[in-house]
Amino acid sequence: MSQATLRVQKISGHAGSVPGKDAQREDTACKLIDTTTCIGCKACEVACMEWNDLPFGETVFDNTYQTMPETRWNYWNLILFNEHEKDDGSLMWLMRKNQCMHCAEPGCLAACPADGAIVQYTNGIVDFQQANCIGCGYCITGCPFDIPKMNPKTHRVFKCTLCSDRVSEGLEPACIKSCPTGCLHFGSKDDMKALAEKRAKQLREHYNFPQAGVYDPAGVGGTGVVYVLHDATKPELYGGLPADPHIPWSVRLWKGPLKWLGNAAMIGGLIGLAVHYLRFGPKEREETIKEPHEGAEP
Amino acid sequence: MRHAEQAVPSGSVLRYNFNERLTHWITAISYIYLLMTGLAFWSPWLFWLAVILGGGQVSRMLHPWVGLIFTVCVLMMFGMWAAQMHVDENDKNWFRSVGYYVRNEDEQMPPAGRYNAGQKSLFWGFVVCMVLLLLSGVVLWSPQYFPWHSLIAMRIAILVHASSALLTIGLFLLHVYMGVFAERGALDSMVHGDVSLHFVKRYHPGWYEEITGQTTSPKK
Repeated sequence: MSQATLRVQKISGHAGSVPGKDAQREDTACKLIDTTTCIGCKACEVACMEWNDLPFGETVFDNTYQTMPETRWNYWNLILFNEHEKDDGSLMWLMRKNQCMHCAEPGCLAACPADGAIVQYTNGIVDFQQANCIGCGYCITGCPFDIPKMNPKTHRVFKCTLCSDRVSEGLEPACIKSCPTGCLHFGSKDDMKALAEKRAKQLREHYNFPQAGVYDPAGVGGTGVVYVLHDATKPELYGGLPADPHIPWSVRLWKGPLKWLGNAAMIGGLIGLAVHYLRFGPKEREETIKEPHEGAEP
Repeated sequence: MRHAEQAVPSGSVLRYNFNERLTHWITAISYIYLLMTGLAFWSPWLFWLAVILGGGQVSRMLHPWVGLIFTVCVLMMFGMWAAQMHVDENDKNWFRSVGYYVRNEDEQMPPAGRYNAGQKSLFWGFVVCMVLLLLSGVVLWSPQYFPWHSLIAMRIAILVHASSALLTIGLFLLHVYMGVFAERGALDSMVHGDVSLHFVKRYHPGWYEEITGQTTSPKK
Protein backbone atom coordinates (compact mmCIF):
# COMPACT_ATOMS: atom_id res chain seq x y z
CA MET A 1 0.00 0.00 0.00
CA SER A 2 2.81 2.42 0.69
CA GLN A 3 5.56 1.84 -1.80
CA ALA A 4 6.59 5.48 -1.47
CA THR A 5 8.61 4.84 1.66
CA LEU A 6 9.25 1.10 1.46
CA ARG A 7 11.77 -0.48 -0.87
CA VAL A 8 10.84 -3.60 -2.80
CA GLN A 9 12.90 -6.78 -3.05
CA LYS A 10 10.50 -9.13 -4.87
CA ILE A 11 7.80 -8.34 -7.46
CA SER A 12 5.17 -10.75 -8.74
CA GLY A 13 4.79 -11.46 -12.47
CA HIS A 14 7.76 -9.25 -13.19
CA ALA A 15 10.06 -9.67 -16.18
CA GLY A 16 13.61 -8.59 -15.49
CA SER A 17 15.34 -7.26 -12.43
CA VAL A 18 13.78 -5.59 -9.42
CA PRO A 19 14.56 -1.86 -9.40
CA GLY A 20 16.32 -0.78 -6.24
CA LYS A 21 16.84 -4.31 -4.98
CA ASP A 22 19.68 -4.59 -2.46
CA ALA A 23 20.20 -0.81 -2.55
CA GLN A 24 19.41 -0.76 1.15
CA ARG A 25 19.52 -3.38 3.85
CA GLU A 26 16.81 -3.43 6.43
CA ASP A 27 15.96 -5.49 9.44
CA THR A 28 13.21 -8.00 8.73
CA ALA A 29 10.01 -6.88 10.40
CA CYS A 30 8.48 -9.54 12.59
CA LYS A 31 5.38 -10.04 14.67
CA LEU A 32 5.59 -12.34 17.67
CA ILE A 33 2.36 -13.99 18.84
CA ASP A 34 2.54 -15.74 22.19
CA THR A 35 -0.49 -18.05 22.10
CA THR A 36 0.07 -18.93 25.77
CA THR A 37 -0.90 -15.46 26.96
CA CYS A 38 -3.65 -14.74 24.43
CA ILE A 39 -7.05 -14.45 26.16
CA GLY A 40 -9.05 -14.28 22.91
CA CYS A 41 -10.38 -10.77 23.59
CA LYS A 42 -10.50 -9.84 19.86
CA ALA A 43 -9.06 -6.38 20.42
CA CYS A 44 -6.63 -7.09 17.56
CA GLU A 45 -9.53 -8.03 15.26
CA VAL A 46 -11.24 -4.72 15.98
CA ALA A 47 -8.04 -2.70 15.70
CA CYS A 48 -7.30 -4.31 12.33
CA MET A 49 -10.70 -3.42 10.92
CA GLU A 50 -10.53 0.06 12.34
CA TRP A 51 -7.07 0.98 11.12
CA ASN A 52 -7.53 -0.57 7.69
CA ASP A 53 -11.04 0.89 7.41
CA LEU A 54 -12.57 -2.44 6.44
CA PRO A 55 -16.35 -2.67 5.99
CA PHE A 56 -17.88 -4.86 8.65
CA GLY A 57 -19.58 -8.10 7.63
CA GLU A 58 -21.76 -10.53 9.50
CA THR A 59 -20.17 -12.70 12.15
CA VAL A 60 -20.94 -16.40 12.45
CA PHE A 61 -21.71 -17.81 15.88
CA ASP A 62 -20.77 -21.48 16.17
CA ASN A 63 -20.89 -21.94 19.95
CA THR A 64 -17.21 -21.09 20.33
CA TYR A 65 -15.23 -17.96 21.02
CA GLN A 66 -14.44 -17.54 17.33
CA THR A 67 -15.83 -14.62 15.33
CA MET A 68 -16.25 -16.45 12.01
CA PRO A 69 -15.02 -19.67 10.38
CA GLU A 70 -12.11 -18.15 8.44
CA THR A 71 -10.53 -14.85 7.43
CA ARG A 72 -12.30 -12.90 4.70
CA TRP A 73 -11.29 -10.36 2.09
CA ASN A 74 -12.45 -7.70 4.57
CA TYR A 75 -11.48 -9.51 7.78
CA TRP A 76 -7.74 -10.07 7.81
CA ASN A 77 -7.17 -10.91 11.45
CA LEU A 78 -9.05 -13.74 13.14
CA ILE A 79 -8.45 -15.48 16.44
CA LEU A 80 -9.01 -19.19 15.92
CA PHE A 81 -10.41 -21.05 18.89
CA ASN A 82 -9.98 -24.71 19.75
CA GLU A 83 -11.16 -26.50 22.90
CA HIS A 84 -8.47 -29.11 23.18
CA GLU A 85 -8.81 -32.18 25.36
CA LYS A 86 -5.47 -33.21 26.77
CA ASP A 87 -4.40 -36.82 27.35
CA ASP A 88 -5.37 -36.60 31.04
CA GLY A 89 -8.89 -35.51 30.08
CA SER A 90 -8.49 -31.91 31.16
CA LEU A 91 -9.40 -29.11 28.77
CA MET A 92 -7.33 -26.35 27.25
CA TRP A 93 -8.52 -23.37 25.27
CA LEU A 94 -6.12 -22.74 22.44
CA MET A 95 -6.31 -19.29 20.86
CA ARG A 96 -4.31 -18.42 17.78
CA LYS A 97 -4.42 -15.07 16.07
CA ASN A 98 -4.49 -16.01 12.38
CA GLN A 99 -3.42 -13.64 9.59
CA CYS A 100 -0.92 -13.49 6.75
CA MET A 101 2.37 -15.05 7.84
CA HIS A 102 4.50 -12.85 5.55
CA CYS A 103 6.61 -15.78 4.32
CA ALA A 104 10.19 -15.12 3.26
CA GLU A 105 9.38 -17.23 0.17
CA PRO A 106 5.76 -16.29 -0.50
CA GLY A 107 3.71 -18.80 -2.48
CA CYS A 108 1.18 -16.11 -3.40
CA LEU A 109 3.89 -14.03 -5.05
CA ALA A 110 5.30 -17.05 -6.88
CA ALA A 111 1.88 -17.93 -8.31
CA CYS A 112 0.84 -14.37 -9.26
CA PRO A 113 0.98 -13.57 -13.01
CA ALA A 114 0.23 -9.83 -12.73
CA ASP A 115 3.22 -7.51 -12.78
CA GLY A 116 3.53 -5.77 -9.41
CA ALA A 117 0.28 -7.07 -7.91
CA ILE A 118 2.23 -8.62 -5.04
CA VAL A 119 5.47 -7.18 -3.70
CA GLN A 120 7.81 -8.06 -0.89
CA TYR A 121 9.52 -5.11 0.74
CA THR A 122 13.10 -5.25 1.95
CA ASN A 123 11.73 -5.46 5.49
CA GLY A 124 10.02 -8.74 4.51
CA ILE A 125 6.42 -7.52 4.44
CA VAL A 126 4.42 -9.16 1.64
CA ASP A 127 1.90 -6.64 0.33
CA PHE A 128 -0.85 -6.82 -2.29
CA GLN A 129 -1.18 -3.88 -4.69
CA GLN A 130 -4.84 -4.07 -5.64
CA ALA A 131 -4.39 -1.56 -8.47
CA ASN A 132 -2.28 -4.14 -10.30
CA CYS A 133 -4.34 -7.19 -9.28
CA ILE A 134 -6.19 -8.82 -12.18
CA GLY A 135 -8.39 -11.04 -10.00
CA CYS A 136 -7.25 -14.42 -11.29
CA GLY A 137 -7.05 -15.94 -7.80
CA TYR A 138 -3.78 -17.76 -8.48
CA CYS A 139 -2.30 -16.33 -5.25
CA ILE A 140 -5.05 -18.19 -3.36
CA THR A 141 -3.73 -21.48 -4.73
CA GLY A 142 -0.14 -20.58 -3.86
CA CYS A 143 -0.71 -19.87 -0.17
CA PRO A 144 -0.06 -22.78 2.22
CA PHE A 145 -2.02 -20.95 4.95
CA ASP A 146 -5.20 -20.19 2.93
CA ILE A 147 -4.98 -16.46 3.65
CA PRO A 148 -5.64 -14.39 0.48
CA LYS A 149 -9.36 -13.87 -0.18
CA MET A 150 -11.10 -12.38 -3.17
CA ASN A 151 -13.68 -9.64 -3.03
CA PRO A 152 -16.36 -11.13 -5.27
CA LYS A 153 -17.61 -7.69 -6.35
CA THR A 154 -14.35 -6.03 -7.33
CA HIS A 155 -12.43 -9.24 -8.16
CA ARG A 156 -9.41 -8.05 -6.21
CA VAL A 157 -7.65 -10.07 -3.55
CA PHE A 158 -6.95 -8.76 -0.07
CA LYS A 159 -5.08 -9.84 3.04
CA CYS A 160 -3.18 -8.52 6.06
CA THR A 161 -0.56 -5.91 5.07
CA LEU A 162 1.27 -6.14 8.41
CA CYS A 163 0.16 -2.50 8.48
CA SER A 164 2.91 -1.65 6.00
CA ASP A 165 1.66 1.93 6.00
CA ARG A 166 2.18 2.19 9.78
CA VAL A 167 5.47 0.28 9.74
CA SER A 168 6.88 2.56 7.04
CA GLU A 169 6.25 5.47 9.43
CA GLY A 170 7.95 3.75 12.33
CA LEU A 171 4.76 2.59 14.05
CA GLU A 172 3.83 -0.92 15.11
CA PRO A 173 0.93 -2.71 13.38
CA ALA A 174 -2.53 -1.85 14.73
CA CYS A 175 -3.09 -5.31 16.23
CA ILE A 176 0.11 -5.02 18.27
CA LYS A 177 -0.90 -1.62 19.62
CA SER A 178 -4.27 -2.91 20.80
CA CYS A 179 -3.18 -6.08 22.61
CA PRO A 180 -3.97 -5.80 26.34
CA THR A 181 -2.06 -8.84 27.60
CA GLY A 182 1.22 -8.18 25.83
CA CYS A 183 1.03 -11.45 23.94
CA LEU A 184 1.80 -9.54 20.73
CA HIS A 185 5.21 -8.05 20.09
CA PHE A 186 6.71 -6.33 17.08
CA GLY A 187 10.33 -5.74 16.15
CA SER A 188 13.17 -7.15 14.11
CA LYS A 189 13.09 -10.85 13.28
CA ASP A 190 16.26 -11.48 15.31
CA ASP A 191 14.89 -9.75 18.39
CA MET A 192 11.51 -11.46 18.13
CA LYS A 193 13.08 -14.88 17.67
CA ALA A 194 15.24 -14.31 20.74
CA LEU A 195 12.26 -13.17 22.77
CA ALA A 196 10.18 -16.14 21.55
CA GLU A 197 12.90 -18.65 22.43
CA LYS A 198 13.25 -17.10 25.86
CA ARG A 199 9.50 -17.41 26.45
CA ALA A 200 9.46 -21.01 25.17
CA LYS A 201 12.30 -21.87 27.52
CA GLN A 202 10.40 -20.33 30.40
CA LEU A 203 7.31 -22.38 29.48
CA ARG A 204 9.34 -25.59 29.32
CA GLU A 205 11.24 -25.01 32.57
CA HIS A 206 8.70 -23.27 34.79
CA TYR A 207 5.18 -23.86 33.45
CA ASN A 208 5.11 -27.58 32.79
CA PHE A 209 4.90 -27.33 29.00
CA PRO A 210 7.82 -29.56 28.05
CA GLN A 211 6.94 -29.38 24.33
CA ALA A 212 6.72 -25.59 24.22
CA GLY A 213 8.52 -24.05 21.27
CA VAL A 214 8.63 -21.47 18.50
CA TYR A 215 6.86 -21.76 15.14
CA ASP A 216 8.92 -20.29 12.31
CA PRO A 217 8.52 -22.82 9.50
CA ALA A 218 11.62 -23.34 7.34
CA GLY A 219 9.58 -24.75 4.43
CA VAL A 220 8.59 -21.24 3.36
CA GLY A 221 11.96 -19.72 4.27
CA GLY A 222 10.74 -18.64 7.70
CA THR A 223 7.86 -16.27 8.36
CA GLY A 224 7.42 -12.65 9.36
CA VAL A 225 4.97 -13.85 12.00
CA VAL A 226 6.29 -16.28 14.63
CA TYR A 227 4.27 -18.09 17.26
CA VAL A 228 5.09 -19.38 20.70
CA LEU A 229 3.06 -22.58 21.15
CA HIS A 230 2.45 -24.64 24.30
CA ASP A 231 3.11 -27.71 22.20
CA ALA A 232 5.23 -26.97 19.16
CA THR A 233 5.06 -30.61 18.06
CA LYS A 234 1.34 -30.30 17.31
CA PRO A 235 0.76 -26.96 15.57
CA GLU A 236 -2.35 -28.44 13.87
CA LEU A 237 -4.20 -28.12 17.17
CA TYR A 238 -4.09 -24.35 16.78
CA GLY A 239 -6.75 -23.99 14.14
CA GLY A 240 -4.95 -26.20 11.62
CA LEU A 241 -1.58 -24.47 11.59
CA PRO A 242 0.40 -26.63 9.11
CA ALA A 243 3.32 -28.49 10.70
CA ASP A 244 5.55 -28.20 7.66
CA PRO A 245 4.13 -25.65 5.19
CA HIS A 246 5.53 -25.44 1.67
CA ILE A 247 4.47 -23.73 -1.50
CA PRO A 248 2.02 -26.38 -2.82
CA TRP A 249 3.63 -29.01 -5.07
CA SER A 250 1.20 -28.20 -7.87
CA VAL A 251 2.31 -24.56 -7.91
CA ARG A 252 5.97 -25.56 -7.79
CA LEU A 253 5.42 -28.03 -10.64
CA TRP A 254 3.53 -25.41 -12.65
CA LYS A 255 6.04 -22.60 -12.10
CA GLY A 256 9.05 -24.95 -12.35
CA PRO A 257 9.38 -27.99 -14.65
CA LEU A 258 6.10 -27.44 -16.54
CA LYS A 259 7.05 -23.87 -17.34
CA TRP A 260 10.49 -24.73 -18.65
CA LEU A 261 9.21 -27.75 -20.53
CA GLY A 262 6.39 -25.72 -22.05
CA ASN A 263 8.64 -22.82 -23.04
CA ALA A 264 11.21 -25.18 -24.55
CA ALA A 265 8.48 -27.00 -26.49
CA MET A 266 6.92 -23.78 -27.80
CA ILE A 267 10.19 -22.20 -28.88
CA GLY A 268 11.56 -25.54 -30.12
CA GLY A 269 8.34 -26.14 -32.07
CA LEU A 270 8.55 -22.77 -33.82
CA ILE A 271 12.21 -23.27 -34.69
CA GLY A 272 11.52 -26.86 -35.79
CA LEU A 273 8.75 -25.79 -38.16
CA ALA A 274 10.88 -23.01 -39.65
CA VAL A 275 13.77 -25.42 -40.20
CA HIS A 276 11.40 -27.99 -41.71
CA TYR A 277 10.13 -25.38 -44.15
CA LEU A 278 13.66 -24.46 -45.19
CA ARG A 279 14.69 -28.10 -45.57
CA PHE A 280 11.59 -29.61 -47.18
CA GLY A 281 9.43 -26.65 -48.18
CA PRO A 282 5.78 -26.92 -49.11
CA LYS A 283 4.44 -30.26 -50.22
CA GLU A 284 3.67 -28.78 -53.62
CA ARG A 285 4.58 -25.40 -55.07
CA GLU A 286 1.79 -23.07 -56.12
CA GLU A 287 2.88 -22.91 -59.76
CA THR A 288 2.47 -26.67 -60.01
CA ILE A 289 -1.03 -26.49 -58.60
CA LYS A 290 -2.08 -23.80 -61.05
CA GLU A 291 -1.09 -25.89 -64.06
CA PRO A 292 -4.10 -27.15 -65.92
CA HIS A 293 -4.76 -30.54 -64.49
CA GLU A 294 -5.11 -33.48 -66.77
CA GLY A 295 -8.52 -35.03 -67.23
CA ALA A 296 -10.37 -32.46 -65.17
CA GLU A 297 -13.90 -33.22 -64.15
CA PRO A 298 -16.77 -31.33 -65.82
CA MET B 1 -21.91 -31.30 -47.26
CA ARG B 2 -24.13 -32.37 -50.13
CA HIS B 3 -26.30 -29.24 -50.08
CA ALA B 4 -24.66 -28.02 -53.28
CA GLU B 5 -25.70 -24.57 -52.11
CA GLN B 6 -22.55 -23.03 -53.37
CA ALA B 7 -21.33 -22.86 -56.93
CA VAL B 8 -17.70 -23.80 -57.34
CA PRO B 9 -15.41 -23.18 -60.33
CA SER B 10 -15.15 -26.02 -62.80
CA GLY B 11 -12.49 -28.50 -61.87
CA SER B 12 -13.13 -27.77 -58.24
CA VAL B 13 -15.14 -29.38 -55.52
CA LEU B 14 -16.68 -27.95 -52.35
CA ARG B 15 -14.74 -29.04 -49.26
CA TYR B 16 -16.11 -26.71 -46.59
CA ASN B 17 -19.56 -25.16 -46.75
CA PHE B 18 -20.36 -21.74 -45.33
CA ASN B 19 -21.31 -23.02 -41.87
CA GLU B 20 -18.10 -24.97 -41.56
CA ARG B 21 -15.98 -22.03 -42.66
CA LEU B 22 -17.74 -19.57 -40.36
CA THR B 23 -17.42 -21.90 -37.38
CA HIS B 24 -13.78 -22.48 -38.19
CA TRP B 25 -12.93 -18.78 -38.26
CA ILE B 26 -14.87 -17.90 -35.10
CA THR B 27 -12.99 -20.73 -33.40
CA ALA B 28 -9.72 -19.44 -34.83
CA ILE B 29 -10.24 -15.86 -33.67
CA SER B 30 -11.41 -16.91 -30.21
CA TYR B 31 -8.49 -19.34 -29.93
CA ILE B 32 -5.96 -16.67 -30.84
CA TYR B 33 -7.44 -14.34 -28.22
CA LEU B 34 -7.33 -17.14 -25.64
CA LEU B 35 -3.78 -17.95 -26.67
CA MET B 36 -2.58 -14.36 -26.32
CA THR B 37 -4.25 -13.69 -22.97
CA GLY B 38 -3.36 -17.17 -21.74
CA LEU B 39 0.31 -16.68 -22.62
CA ALA B 40 0.19 -13.35 -20.79
CA PHE B 41 -0.86 -15.19 -17.63
CA TRP B 42 1.66 -17.94 -18.34
CA SER B 43 4.83 -15.86 -18.28
CA PRO B 44 5.73 -12.35 -17.06
CA TRP B 45 7.80 -11.99 -20.22
CA LEU B 46 4.58 -12.19 -22.24
CA PHE B 47 2.39 -10.06 -19.95
CA TRP B 48 2.62 -7.29 -22.55
CA LEU B 49 0.17 -9.37 -24.62
CA ALA B 50 -2.48 -8.63 -21.99
CA VAL B 51 -1.47 -4.98 -21.96
CA ILE B 52 -2.00 -4.54 -25.70
CA LEU B 53 -5.35 -6.33 -25.41
CA GLY B 54 -6.69 -3.77 -22.95
CA GLY B 55 -4.85 -4.61 -19.73
CA GLY B 56 -4.59 -7.50 -17.31
CA GLN B 57 -7.98 -6.95 -15.69
CA VAL B 58 -9.87 -6.83 -18.99
CA SER B 59 -8.01 -9.88 -20.24
CA ARG B 60 -8.78 -11.82 -17.08
CA MET B 61 -12.43 -10.83 -17.29
CA LEU B 62 -12.90 -11.69 -20.99
CA HIS B 63 -10.73 -14.83 -21.18
CA PRO B 64 -13.39 -17.14 -19.65
CA TRP B 65 -16.20 -15.71 -21.79
CA VAL B 66 -14.20 -16.07 -24.98
CA GLY B 67 -13.41 -19.57 -23.69
CA LEU B 68 -17.14 -20.28 -23.73
CA ILE B 69 -17.38 -19.09 -27.36
CA PHE B 70 -14.46 -21.38 -28.20
CA THR B 71 -16.17 -24.26 -26.40
CA VAL B 72 -19.43 -23.79 -28.30
CA CYS B 73 -17.55 -23.61 -31.62
CA VAL B 74 -15.57 -26.77 -30.93
CA LEU B 75 -18.82 -28.52 -29.98
CA MET B 76 -20.32 -27.40 -33.30
CA MET B 77 -17.26 -28.72 -35.12
CA PHE B 78 -17.67 -31.94 -33.22
CA GLY B 79 -21.25 -32.16 -34.46
CA MET B 80 -20.24 -31.38 -38.04
CA TRP B 81 -17.11 -33.46 -38.38
CA ALA B 82 -16.95 -36.20 -35.74
CA ALA B 83 -18.48 -38.77 -38.09
CA GLN B 84 -15.80 -38.05 -40.71
CA MET B 85 -13.01 -38.30 -38.17
CA HIS B 86 -13.44 -41.97 -37.36
CA VAL B 87 -9.97 -43.47 -37.00
CA ASP B 88 -9.54 -46.70 -38.99
CA GLU B 89 -6.80 -49.22 -39.78
CA ASN B 90 -5.58 -47.09 -42.66
CA ASP B 91 -4.87 -44.26 -40.24
CA LYS B 92 -2.70 -46.49 -38.10
CA ASN B 93 -0.69 -47.40 -41.19
CA TRP B 94 -0.48 -43.71 -42.01
CA PHE B 95 1.13 -43.00 -38.66
CA ARG B 96 3.53 -45.93 -39.08
CA SER B 97 4.90 -44.29 -42.22
CA VAL B 98 4.60 -40.68 -40.99
CA GLY B 99 8.34 -40.22 -41.60
CA TYR B 100 7.69 -40.15 -45.36
CA TYR B 101 5.00 -37.54 -44.82
CA VAL B 102 7.40 -35.35 -42.86
CA ARG B 103 9.94 -35.61 -45.70
CA ASN B 104 7.23 -34.72 -48.26
CA GLU B 105 7.49 -38.19 -49.85
CA ASP B 106 3.72 -38.50 -49.87
CA GLU B 107 3.68 -41.07 -52.67
CA GLN B 108 5.04 -43.56 -50.12
CA MET B 109 2.06 -42.93 -47.82
CA PRO B 110 -1.09 -45.02 -47.56
CA PRO B 111 -3.74 -43.04 -49.46
CA ALA B 112 -5.68 -40.70 -47.17
CA GLY B 113 -9.41 -40.22 -47.34
CA ARG B 114 -11.27 -36.94 -46.83
CA TYR B 115 -9.06 -36.37 -43.80
CA ASN B 116 -5.69 -37.94 -43.21
CA ALA B 117 -4.71 -39.45 -39.89
CA GLY B 118 -2.85 -36.29 -38.85
CA GLN B 119 -5.91 -34.15 -39.43
CA LYS B 120 -8.05 -36.59 -37.49
CA SER B 121 -5.59 -36.51 -34.59
CA LEU B 122 -5.67 -32.73 -34.61
CA PHE B 123 -9.45 -32.81 -34.42
CA TRP B 124 -9.59 -35.27 -31.54
CA GLY B 125 -6.71 -33.52 -29.79
CA PHE B 126 -8.59 -30.24 -29.83
CA VAL B 127 -11.84 -31.87 -28.68
CA VAL B 128 -10.17 -33.58 -25.72
CA CYS B 129 -8.18 -30.48 -24.76
CA MET B 130 -11.32 -28.35 -25.03
CA VAL B 131 -13.07 -30.59 -22.49
CA LEU B 132 -10.09 -30.44 -20.13
CA LEU B 133 -9.76 -26.68 -20.54
CA LEU B 134 -13.47 -26.19 -19.94
CA LEU B 135 -13.55 -28.31 -16.78
CA SER B 136 -10.43 -26.75 -15.28
CA GLY B 137 -11.39 -23.29 -16.51
CA VAL B 138 -14.75 -23.39 -14.77
CA VAL B 139 -13.00 -24.21 -11.49
CA LEU B 140 -10.61 -21.28 -11.95
CA TRP B 141 -13.18 -18.82 -13.23
CA SER B 142 -14.85 -17.69 -10.02
CA PRO B 143 -14.00 -20.11 -7.27
CA GLN B 144 -15.61 -17.92 -4.64
CA TYR B 145 -19.02 -18.63 -6.13
CA PHE B 146 -18.81 -22.39 -5.86
CA PRO B 147 -20.04 -23.95 -2.64
CA TRP B 148 -17.42 -26.66 -3.06
CA HIS B 149 -14.70 -24.02 -3.18
CA SER B 150 -11.69 -26.17 -2.74
CA LEU B 151 -8.04 -25.28 -2.84
CA ILE B 152 -7.11 -28.77 -4.01
CA ALA B 153 -9.48 -28.48 -6.96
CA MET B 154 -7.99 -25.12 -7.91
CA ARG B 155 -4.43 -26.36 -7.58
CA ILE B 156 -5.13 -29.35 -9.84
CA ALA B 157 -7.13 -27.19 -12.25
CA ILE B 158 -4.17 -24.85 -12.75
CA LEU B 159 -1.96 -27.77 -13.77
CA VAL B 160 -4.61 -29.28 -16.05
CA HIS B 161 -5.40 -25.91 -17.64
CA ALA B 162 -1.74 -25.11 -18.34
CA SER B 163 -0.86 -28.60 -19.60
CA SER B 164 -3.83 -28.94 -21.94
CA ALA B 165 -3.31 -25.39 -23.19
CA LEU B 166 0.30 -26.28 -24.03
CA LEU B 167 -0.94 -29.32 -25.95
CA THR B 168 -3.30 -27.15 -27.99
CA ILE B 169 -0.41 -24.78 -28.75
CA GLY B 170 1.49 -27.70 -30.26
CA LEU B 171 -1.56 -28.71 -32.29
CA PHE B 172 -2.19 -25.10 -33.28
CA LEU B 173 1.37 -24.57 -34.54
CA LEU B 174 1.21 -27.76 -36.61
CA HIS B 175 -2.24 -26.85 -37.93
CA VAL B 176 -1.20 -23.36 -39.04
CA TYR B 177 2.03 -24.66 -40.52
CA MET B 178 0.31 -27.40 -42.51
CA GLY B 179 -2.63 -25.28 -43.60
CA VAL B 180 -0.78 -22.11 -44.52
CA PHE B 181 2.73 -23.17 -45.46
CA ALA B 182 3.03 -26.87 -46.23
CA GLU B 183 -0.20 -27.76 -48.00
CA ARG B 184 -0.85 -25.00 -50.53
CA GLY B 185 -4.54 -24.70 -51.23
CA ALA B 186 -5.68 -25.72 -47.77
CA LEU B 187 -6.01 -22.16 -46.49
CA ASP B 188 -7.91 -21.18 -49.66
CA SER B 189 -10.31 -24.05 -49.09
CA MET B 190 -11.14 -22.69 -45.65
CA VAL B 191 -11.70 -19.21 -47.08
CA HIS B 192 -13.53 -19.96 -50.35
CA GLY B 193 -14.74 -23.44 -49.59
CA ASP B 194 -13.56 -25.20 -52.72
CA VAL B 195 -10.47 -27.16 -53.63
CA SER B 196 -9.26 -28.19 -57.05
CA LEU B 197 -9.59 -31.80 -58.04
CA HIS B 198 -5.85 -31.75 -58.40
CA PHE B 199 -5.63 -30.89 -54.71
CA VAL B 200 -8.05 -33.68 -53.84
CA LYS B 201 -6.09 -36.19 -55.85
CA ARG B 202 -2.78 -34.98 -54.43
CA TYR B 203 -3.68 -34.93 -50.74
CA HIS B 204 -6.81 -37.07 -50.36
CA PRO B 205 -6.72 -39.87 -52.95
CA GLY B 206 -9.30 -41.86 -51.04
CA TRP B 207 -11.74 -38.98 -51.17
CA TYR B 208 -10.94 -38.48 -54.89
CA GLU B 209 -12.01 -42.04 -55.58
CA GLU B 210 -15.14 -41.47 -53.54
CA ILE B 211 -16.30 -38.39 -55.46
CA THR B 212 -15.09 -39.25 -58.98
CA GLY B 213 -15.27 -43.00 -58.99
CA GLN B 214 -11.82 -42.98 -60.59
CA THR B 215 -8.94 -44.74 -58.99
CA THR B 216 -5.81 -42.74 -58.49
CA SER B 217 -2.51 -44.12 -59.63
CA PRO B 218 -1.77 -46.99 -57.29
CA LYS B 219 1.01 -46.84 -54.77
CA LYS B 220 4.29 -47.94 -56.28
